[in-house]
Amino acid sequence: MAVREWAGQELSEALRRELPEAVEGFDETAAWVNPSQVGAAAIFLRDEPSLDFRFLNSITAIDYVEYFDVVYHLTSLKQQWCAVFKTRLYGRQDLSLPSVYQVWKGADYQEREIWDLMGVYFEGHPNMKRIMLWEGFEGHPLRKDFL
Amino acid sequence: MTIRTEPMTVNVGPQHPSTHGVFRVRITFDGEDIVEVEPVFGYLHRGTEKLAEERNYVQVVTLTDRLDYTSSMINNQAYCIAVERLLGVEPPPRAKYLRTLTAELQRIAAHLIAVGFFVQELGAFGTPLMYAFRSRERILELFEMLCGARITVSYMRPGGVFADAPREFWPALDRFLEDFEVEFAEMEQLLLENEILMIRTRGVSPIPPEVAVNNSVSGPVLRASGVNWDWRKQDPYDAYDQVEFDVPVGSHWDNYDRFWVRIQEVHQSLRIIRQCIEQIEPGPARLELPLVLRPDPGREAYGRVEASKGELAFYLVSDGGIAPYRCKIRSPSLINLTIIEELLVGWKLADMIVSLGSIDINMGEVDR
Amino acid sequence: MQLPTGNGPLHERTWGIDREEGQMVNDLISISSEPIEVPFIEVPDDLKSNLLVTSVDALVNWGRKSALWPVSFGLACCAFEMMATAMGRFDIARFGMEAFRASPRQADLMIVAGTVTWKMAPPIRRIYDQMADPKWVISMGVCATSGGPYFGSYSVVPGVDHIIPVDV
Repeated sequence: MAVREWAGQELSEALRRELPEAVEGFDETAAWVNPSQVGAAAIFLRDEPSLDFRFLNSITAIDYVEYFDVVYHLTSLKQQWCAVFKTRLYGRQDLSLPSVYQVWKGADYQEREIWDLMGVYFEGHPNMKRIMLWEGFEGHPLRKDFL
Repeated sequence: MTIRTEPMTVNVGPQHPSTHGVFRVRITFDGEDIVEVEPVFGYLHRGTEKLAEERNYVQVVTLTDRLDYTSSMINNQAYCIAVERLLGVEPPPRAKYLRTLTAELQRIAAHLIAVGFFVQELGAFGTPLMYAFRSRERILELFEMLCGARITVSYMRPGGVFADAPREFWPALDRFLEDFEVEFAEMEQLLLENEILMIRTRGVSPIPPEVAVNNSVSGPVLRASGVNWDWRKQDPYDAYDQVEFDVPVGSHWDNYDRFWVRIQEVHQSLRIIRQCIEQIEPGPARLELPLVLRPDPGREAYGRVEASKGELAFYLVSDGGIAPYRCKIRSPSLINLTIIEELLVGWKLADMIVSLGSIDINMGEVDR
Repeated sequence: MQLPTGNGPLHERTWGIDREEGQMVNDLISISSEPIEVPFIEVPDDLKSNLLVTSVDALVNWGRKSALWPVSFGLACCAFEMMATAMGRFDIARFGMEAFRASPRQADLMIVAGTVTWKMAPPIRRIYDQMADPKWVISMGVCATSGGPYFGSYSVVPGVDHIIPVDV
């Protein structure tokens, strides 16, 4: 049986019912979530039985120069479906997002990696050290302006 | 009588003979018990994701070889599937079978290494690892026939494989399957119910299913924790929807189950290979694609496979250029390491290396 | 090696060590922008024509006699090929080299197998310094020699000869 992929609209409607202020919109594959509401949305997505996204596949940050997108891929092993939600951060400096470490512990190293390589800080993560590079390294290498 | 001990912090690695590659971990011991763990990564961080943004879509294949260097074929496969989804194309059937076949051969090789080193770390120096490498060399010989390389194969390309298998490949594969049956039975006989191995690993470091899921663990480690989840079954790619195989699941969640699941998966891989040989039909092995690929701007694709370590995925974003705008690698080894605390804390020093061996990390993939 | 100090969880207590090690890496980068010069052996003109043959023979004989003990320094993919040389098919034991030592103090040859990153550079330097003289270094594969496919990456050393003198 193949895994079903949620359309962006479907997921955003499910989220909107419980957290109307969290949803900013949707596109073909993903729901857009307000950056400050990521923590609340994550708890809802995990604990709501009709969603049941207990497995966090990956977190990705993408640098679009004017803004950063952070993409969360989720799966429900029980219901056999997966979904994507995204959030957008404007600016280049002092970026931060609420951490989902307490919701999915699998986010631990991925959030640290994003902080190290992309420079997006995660509030509430217990150990925000550089993971790949050494302390004292200048800059965040995966940013587009890093040479 | 209890002896009062002072906690002591010890640094293991990055260059340590029994860690998998250049892995480093700081551990606080209380006597022999592990109290705290802090892994330190990055000793093999080569900036693959950044370099991928500077190469064109086909050139990135060579970088994927070097991620998990024990299963290069599967890395190629994951990347090629991601690029194909980005382009919206489908490889020809023969290419799908060739990919499935080589990926399963690679899975056998990777699991042999995992099992060999796992037993080596238990203290069985030499013999089991020699057995594992003996069979692995045969598989690498087959790869040499296909593409001329042993480890860094770069055999697959977006849209198929680099070249069809030469005529002498098929009899060699048959010979290998015949011999491997005997060789692997020998290895199983030595290990599977080995008393020392059972005593050292049964009941050690069990990971309950809910912990494994919450830590985003995948692959044999997840299945050993009693979760029946295999992307080859759940989201069949290439020719996996055409072949039959079972998914072995552990019931004790411990180190022995993680070892046992790998052994069973080798049997399933052999089954898949046999079916591929039967079902494969002549035809083109590669889709005619332009030399320089330019996917439509704004497209994104998440291509994932069940690699030997777990869920390996490439998340590609295109801006219409000849290189990926962003190439994120979801590496199973790194994310499986999240359970290191659950795995080690509360257990003894002697179990540390064995437990690390049981999740089978590969530093090329952890650090990228 | 310093010990962590202070209270709190382990990763909080190791900040000082991490900063110090990061400083070591940065210091090493600043002094290793050029490859280390290896002294060139002067060969008299009349020997030049037949030097190669005699020296390979001499090297092989000497190698057979003194049985190099390598320190296993596997970093990446090449480490697996290094292990494969020790296994049945290629059998490095033919040359008496099968004794891969875990401790640098017992070895006289270091095989650097795999990509060298700047974070790894101080440990390599330290292990090289710990080896007893006479010692040799083999740089195995293109990643260790020049960075190879990773040449130009922000974290990869462009050749291990920037850190330690390489013989082969």
